[in-house]
Parts: sequence; C-alpha cells; structure tokens
Amino acid sequence: MSVVATRPSRLTSGQTPKWLVPVIALVAVILGAAIAALIGFSVGLWAIFAFLLFVIAGPIVIGMIEGSRKGKDAFARFLVYGSFLLALIPLVSVLYVVIAKGVPGLSGNLLLTSMNGVTGVHDNAAAKGTEPILGGIYHAIIGTLETTILATLISVPVGLLTAIYLVEYGRGGILSRAITFFVDVMTGIPSIVAGLFAASFFAWAFKDPSMRMGFVAAVALSVLMIPTVVRNAEEMLRIVPNELREASYALGVRKWRTITKVVIPTAISGIASGVTLAIARVIGETAPILVTAGFATAINWNAFSGWMATLPTYIYYQIMTPTSPTAAAVSETRAWAAALVLIVIVMLLNLIARVVAKIFAPKTGR
Amino acid sequence: MSKRIDVENLNVYYGDFLAVENINMAIEPRSVTAFIGPSGCGKSTFLRTLNRMHEVLPGARVEGKVLLDGEDLYGKGVDPVAVRTHVGMVFQRPNPFPTMSIRENVLAGVKLNNKKISRTDADDLVEKSLRGANLWNEVKDRLDKPGAGLSGGQQQRLCIARTIAVKPEVILMDEPCSALDPISTLAVEDLINELKEEFTVVIVTHNMQQAARVSDKTAFFNIAGTGKPGKLIEYAPTQEIFNNPSEKATEDYVSGRFG
Amino acid sequence: MSITSEQSTGPGSTRATTTALANTSGHGSPAADKIFSGISLVAGVLILVVLAAVAIFLVAMASDTFAADPTELTGGKGFASYIWPLVVGTLIAATIALLLATPVGIGVALFISHYAPAKFAKPVGYVIDLLAAIPSVIFGAWGASVLAPHVVPFYNWLGKYFGFLPIFEGPASQTGKTILTAGIVLAIMILPIITAMCREIFLQTPKLQEEAALGLGATRWEMIRMTVFPFARAGIISSVMLALGRALGETMAVTLVLAGGPFNPSLIQSGNQTVASEIALNFPEAYGIRMSELIAAGLVLFVITLLVNVLARFIVSRYNTGVE
Repeated sequence: MSVVATRPSRLTSGQTPKWLVPVIALVAVILGAAIAALIGFSVGLWAIFAFLLFVIAGPIVIGMIEGSRKGKDAFARFLVYGSFLLALIPLVSVLYVVIAKGVPGLSGNLLLTSMNGVTGVHDNAAAKGTEPILGGIYHAIIGTLETTILATLISVPVGLLTAIYLVEYGRGGILSRAITFFVDVMTGIPSIVAGLFAASFFAWAFKDPSMRMGFVAAVALSVLMIPTVVRNAEEMLRIVPNELREASYALGVRKWRTITKVVIPTAISGIASGVTLAIARVIGETAPILVTAGFATAINWNAFSGWMATLPTYIYYQIMTPTSPTAAAVSETRAWAAALVLIVIVMLLNLIARVVAKIFAPKTGR
Repeated sequence: MSKRIDVENLNVYYGDFLAVENINMAIEPRSVTAFIGPSGCGKSTFLRTLNRMHEVLPGARVEGKVLLDGEDLYGKGVDPVAVRTHVGMVFQRPNPFPTMSIRENVLAGVKLNNKKISRTDADDLVEKSLRGANLWNEVKDRLDKPGAGLSGGQQQRLCIARTIAVKPEVILMDEPCSALDPISTLAVEDLINELKEEFTVVIVTHNMQQAARVSDKTAFFNIAGTGKPGKLIEYAPTQEIFNNPSEKATEDYVSGRFG
Repeated sequence: MSITSEQSTGPGSTRATTTALANTSGHGSPAADKIFSGISLVAGVLILVVLAAVAIFLVAMASDTFAADPTELTGGKGFASYIWPLVVGTLIAATIALLLATPVGIGVALFISHYAPAKFAKPVGYVIDLLAAIPSVIFGAWGASVLAPHVVPFYNWLGKYFGFLPIFEGPASQTGKTILTAGIVLAIMILPIITAMCREIFLQTPKLQEEAALGLGATRWEMIRMTVFPFARAGIISSVMLALGRALGETMAVTLVLAGGPFNPSLIQSGNQTVASEIALNFPEAYGIRMSELIAAGLVLFVITLLVNVLARFIVSRYNTGVE
C-alpha cells in the first residue's frame, strides 16, 4: 500500500498545491495596496485593485499548472465568489452605518416628541453642547402607521378578492387574462408615478391642486401594494389542493362558503406572510409620500385632513433641509436615528412574515 | 335512509367531446354497485354525474335523466348544492381539511353551511358518524387533533364519516382504496359492507377482486378507442359478471386478457 | 356571515320527500354565491379601472403643459427641450446601474444556485433578500454620506488617467455626488431583483443535463456555459429588463445622492438629473403650470417603464411557450 501512496497518482497529478491560492491572494493584497498608494490611497481603491489582481493572476497561475480549461474554471469560480462578496459590502456597510450613526441619536425624547417648535436656535445650542438634542419622530411614526394601515385596509380586500376571482372564478377567460397582465404592468409602475396619480386624482376630485393629506398617500401606496398582494395571494390560493374544494362541494357546501371557510383558511398563512412583506415594502416608500402627504413637523392624527409626515419623508427632509443650516449635523443625527427605527420596523416585518409562514402553515402530515 | 337511482339515456360531454354515451341503469337501494373498466372509459366521469360533481370541472355537461327515487337531479329548479347533501362522495385520495381537527372534519358538512347545532347534538353526531365509519375506537381520545395526522386508511374513513354526518341517501366512492395499503383497504372494504345496510353505495374501482368482494351488482364500462365515447357494456349481478358474462369484452376484461 | 336566512334547522329536519332537491334552506341561497362572485369580479375590474385612471389622470393633468405656450415652461423652449435632458439623465443612471448590477447579480445567483455549499445557499438567499428590504431613502442617505466621499479618490484617478474619454472628463467632483455614484447606488438596489429571478431560473435547469455535462468531464464552468446559460437566457434577459424598469423609476437614491444640474457628458462631475428625481425635488413646491409640467414628466416616465415592463413580460411569455 505504501508504494501506491507514494507514487504520484494519475488522478491527483498536475494539481495546484493547496498553499498556492492563499499565497496569490496575499501577493494581490500587497500589490493592490502598493498600486492604490501610487494614485492616492483609499480603502476602496485598495480593495478593487487587490480583487482585480487576484481574479486575474490566480486563474493564470492555475491555468499554467493545470491547463487552460481549469484556468477558465478557476476564473469563473473566483468571479462568482467575488461577486457574492462584492454584494455583501453595501449590505454590511448600510447596516453598520445605520446602526453606528443611528444609535447615538436614539432616545426616549426622539421616540416620544415631534418636531413641533424645534427651530434652528435649539439645534445650534445642541451643536454647541449647551442643550440636549430636541425634537423627534413621534409625528412621523404616527403618520407612517396611519398611511400604511389605511393602504393595507384598501389593498388587502381588493387584492385578495381579485386573487379569488382569478383563481376560483376567472378560469383563464379574457377578463382574467387581462387582469393578470395589468397586475403585472402595475407591478412596474414607478412609485413616484403612483404618487402623482393619487395627487392628481384628488386634485381633480376636490378641485384643489394642492390637496395633500395622509389618505392621498394611502391611495398612492395602495397602487403599489395591490399588485404585490394579488400576485402573492393568487399563488397561495393556487397551491390549495383542488381535492379540498371538491370535498367541500361534495358535502353540499356552496362555492362561496367553500372559498371563505376551506380555501382561504388553508392558504391564510401564506397570504398573511405575503401581506406582511407587502407592508414592509411600502412602509419605506418616500417618493409617493412627498407628492401626496406633504410634510409636517407637528403631530396630525387625522389622515383625512392636513399634511402629514412619515418616517421616510422625515429622514429625507432632515437631510435635505436641516432644521439649522449651520448645525446640519444635529438634523443628520435625528435622520439616522429615524433610519434605524425604520430599518428595525422593516426587518421586524420581514421576520414576522417568515415566522407567520412557518408557524401557521396547515399541518398536512403528508 | 336509502334511495334508488335510475339513469335514463345519459350522455356526458366535455365541451363538444362526447365522453360517455347513452347510459341506462337502475341502482337498487341498500346495495353496493361497482363500476369497473379500463382507464379513461368514463366510469369516474359518470359517477360524478350522479351528484352533479362534474359541474365543478370546466366545460362538462350532461344530457338525459338521473332519477333519485323518481326525482330528476337535472330537473328544473334543482339546486346542485342540495343534490350533494343527498348524494355524498368519497374521493380517491383521502382529503381531510388540513385546518380542522378530527371532530371539526366530521362536523364540516354542518358547520361549513353555518347550521346551528347544539353541543350535545354535535357530540352525538360525531360519535355516531365515526362509529359508522369504524373509526370511533381509534380516534375517540384525540378528537381535537388535526385530521391530517391520521394514517392514510384512517383519513379515508374520516372522510367517509364526514360524508355520513351529512346524512345522505347515496354514497359515491371514486376508487376509495387506490391510495391505501392492503390493511387499510381491508378496513374500508369491511366498512363498505356495513354501509349498505343504511345507504345506497356506488363504487368505482380498478381492482376487480375488490369489486367481486364488496359489490352486489357490477357495471362494466369500455371504450372503443381514444377519442371515442365510453359505453356501458354490461350491467349484472357481480357473480354473473365474473363467472358467466354475456359479453365477450367483459369476459376478456375480467379474465385479465386486456385492460 | 348570515346573508342566508336559515334558522336553527337541524340536519335532516327540512327534508320533505317531494321537494327535497329544490329545497335550499339548509345550505344558504344560491344568491349568496352570485353576490360573492360578483364582489370578487368587481375587485378585479377595479384594478383595471385604477390602471386606466392612472393613465387618464396623468394625461388630463399633463394636458395643460402640452397646450401651453413654450415660453411659459421651465427653460422657456417648450416641453420637449425640458424633458429631453431628464430622459437622457435617467437613461444614463439606469445604464450605469445595469452595467454594474447585471454581472454581479448573475454571479450572486450562480453562487447561490451552483457554487455555495447546500447548507449556505438558503441563508445567503435570505441575506440578499435583505438588500431588497432596505428602504430606498436609507440607500440614498448612505450613498450621499458614506459612498460619495469614498469614491472621490477613484474619480480623481479616473479623471487623471482616463480624462481623454468624454465620460471621465475631469476635474472630478470633490463631493462625489455625481451621476456615476447615483448609478452605483441604483445598481445595489436592483441587484436583488436580478439575483432573485436568475436564482430561481438557474435552479430549474434540468439536473439530467447538468449531470450529463459533468459526466462528460466538463468543468463546473463548462457545465454552466453548456446547460445553465442556454436554459436561462430568456429569464436573465427579462430579469434585467424588470430591473431596468425599477432603475428608471427609482427616485430617492438619485435625489439624495446626485448634485443635479444640466446635462453633462462627464459621469464624474456633478450635473445631469433624472425624471423621477426632478419630480420629487420640485413637486412639493410646485403649483399651476409647473405642477402640470412635472405630471407630464411623470407621464413620460410611466410610458417608458411601461414599455420596458411589457417587453420583459413578452420575452418571458414567448420563452415559456417555446419551452413547453
């Protein structure tokens, strides 16, 4: 046996030694730093050059040892792993920045007060450190909740009933094909166009070109939310086995009761999780709110009258038009804290969606 | 509660396609009737027309009469939903409602129709139906567990219990044992023998031994070729179909020479 | 729940032999069925109506602009000369985003479907989905305050060594708030769209074909080129088109990141503006003809994204029927 083991096997010969790839990587990192230093050093440039060197040099070396086919294979492999790492950079960076910049601004005061009465004077004082940072996001949280809840109340019945029509009644007729097609089209409407639509609709309906309130924003959000709800609910209804419908019919149960009491309860976990994801998507929308709800610094509980702020527009305006132009950092602190709150809400909604889908799925036992 | 069924000049269409042609048949109350025949001969389709379940399939329609104790299922003003409470159906694959417990599954026919029923009446109905399906002793301690947690054979008997609870006169079974193991099959066959004391039972089966074991009369369906309609070839007491058929096609089929 | 009028009729008690089949009191009235199907139909039609309304109201509100005297509009030379640079800016940003996101998106999808160890594939998919969950305003804020300063040295370098190309003409912006930065942020935002769709399609590649290729001694990359890419070609194209639709309409990333201005061929200087961003920046203060003008701009954006999306769906549907 020992003879066999020491003799170079035909299957293992001509392979790159294990230490080679890390060595190439190390050389690439060092050379990358050197090149980056030549043209003005920055971490980003360093990473780019190191990556390029590695992806080019690695496969060439492997190709020389193992042949050009293996070299190409290694090149593709490096690119694929590289693109994954590349995609992680912004994700990690965004999350890190939001947490790092958001946590200092978080306080009870931020969560529980509005921007009402907070002026540049207060911010300038806060920048000098003579006063704590005043003003918060309470009004924006209320606005976000109200517009989102209203949008959900509009979208879920319309979306769910449409999905029911498509799956249970439409049977692939012309109308159901038209609805499917236009739901797809609706998915592609830019969010700002949805906002413009709601704004111009209410401007026309109330003969008031600057008609802005929470409800208009809710309508705009519904335009974005309905197609998501329809497509998800449609998918969930379609995977309910036809056997269950037949079993119900065979017991002498009417179609509408079969749908409401057998089909929907069976699909409810998937539908609920889809609705939660749809909420998570529209809760972060900014552009349609800008053109429909305006912006407010004070608490407005009434979505049917007066301008309203939401978390995304709050972040936007704190950055674009700082309360005190000479102490913009104070506004930015509030903006990042609001961003942290928004991201936590969105991530929680995503988590809830996954949990709902898992826990409440009917136990088929098959 | 058991009623007779008379089928007169029945044709079944899928769109323009004639699937089953000119069936005439009299099914006696308190009996088990088996439908046998090769795949695609229309026996399942025909079975569905006996409680208008074919209407669930797009494009299916019927010409002719199906009389339940003299009353036409396809007569004017007849509500297909009402028909199905008189003629129940059990399917090929056990299909308990996954969102419901065993108890709720049995009460599904009552509860889904929003009928009010007192707690004691409901308990009685559950016990009676489960006993009727030979399932009571196996599940009486876990009535609130999901119906989908039972074995395949138990699930199928739960589906039969669910059908019995609606108190139909006729029970249709579409290959009720084809998804079950041999032991579960035996339990369901025993049950079918008991059911005929109270109900008219019609069963579609691919299994000729099963037809011979459970049925009083057997109907043999056949098809001349693809694209041709299915026809009733012979309808006679089961003994006769298997031992002394009058048609050559029947003899070929039951002796295993084709199909 | 009780649209139907049944009272406490115990099971079986309503059964009179002669009228049994027509008796409906035990299971609700057929009218309830009609009402329910009617409601669901109305909901479906409502969606068509809403979409028609989107188009009609945008056209109606924009019509003032088309009828107005050219000198009344921004720039004073008519709507076409106003919208043209914005459309070009939108296309530039979207093109940059696509050029960056497409290869990376496909790479990540391949990583999940064919390279990552089975254990990691699913969590990695979730992580990339997280990218899609981050609100656009946060990407915008991140792009403006984190990304933009970091790309300045790179832009300086580009301007210095590639300045002979008009698109990299120096001097580079020292804030980094350029259309190229906006394009990079857009690329990050559309990456999950490409990845999610491509991943699904890559996973559907027939296993037998893949194994046949590997069995013939192909390397993994050769197997992917021989089986996965031909199978997924139309899917990749349509995912890119859908991502393009999103990039064209995305607002906040550009609004916050770009120091906008008139058309500028250099990607590393400030200047250029997109349609969506122009609307978001100006609509809150707009009134009268300016408002109509911005809605007209929105209409243009709507039409462009509509065409892109319809084209994407068309590719998918044609391909689907071709395969089966």
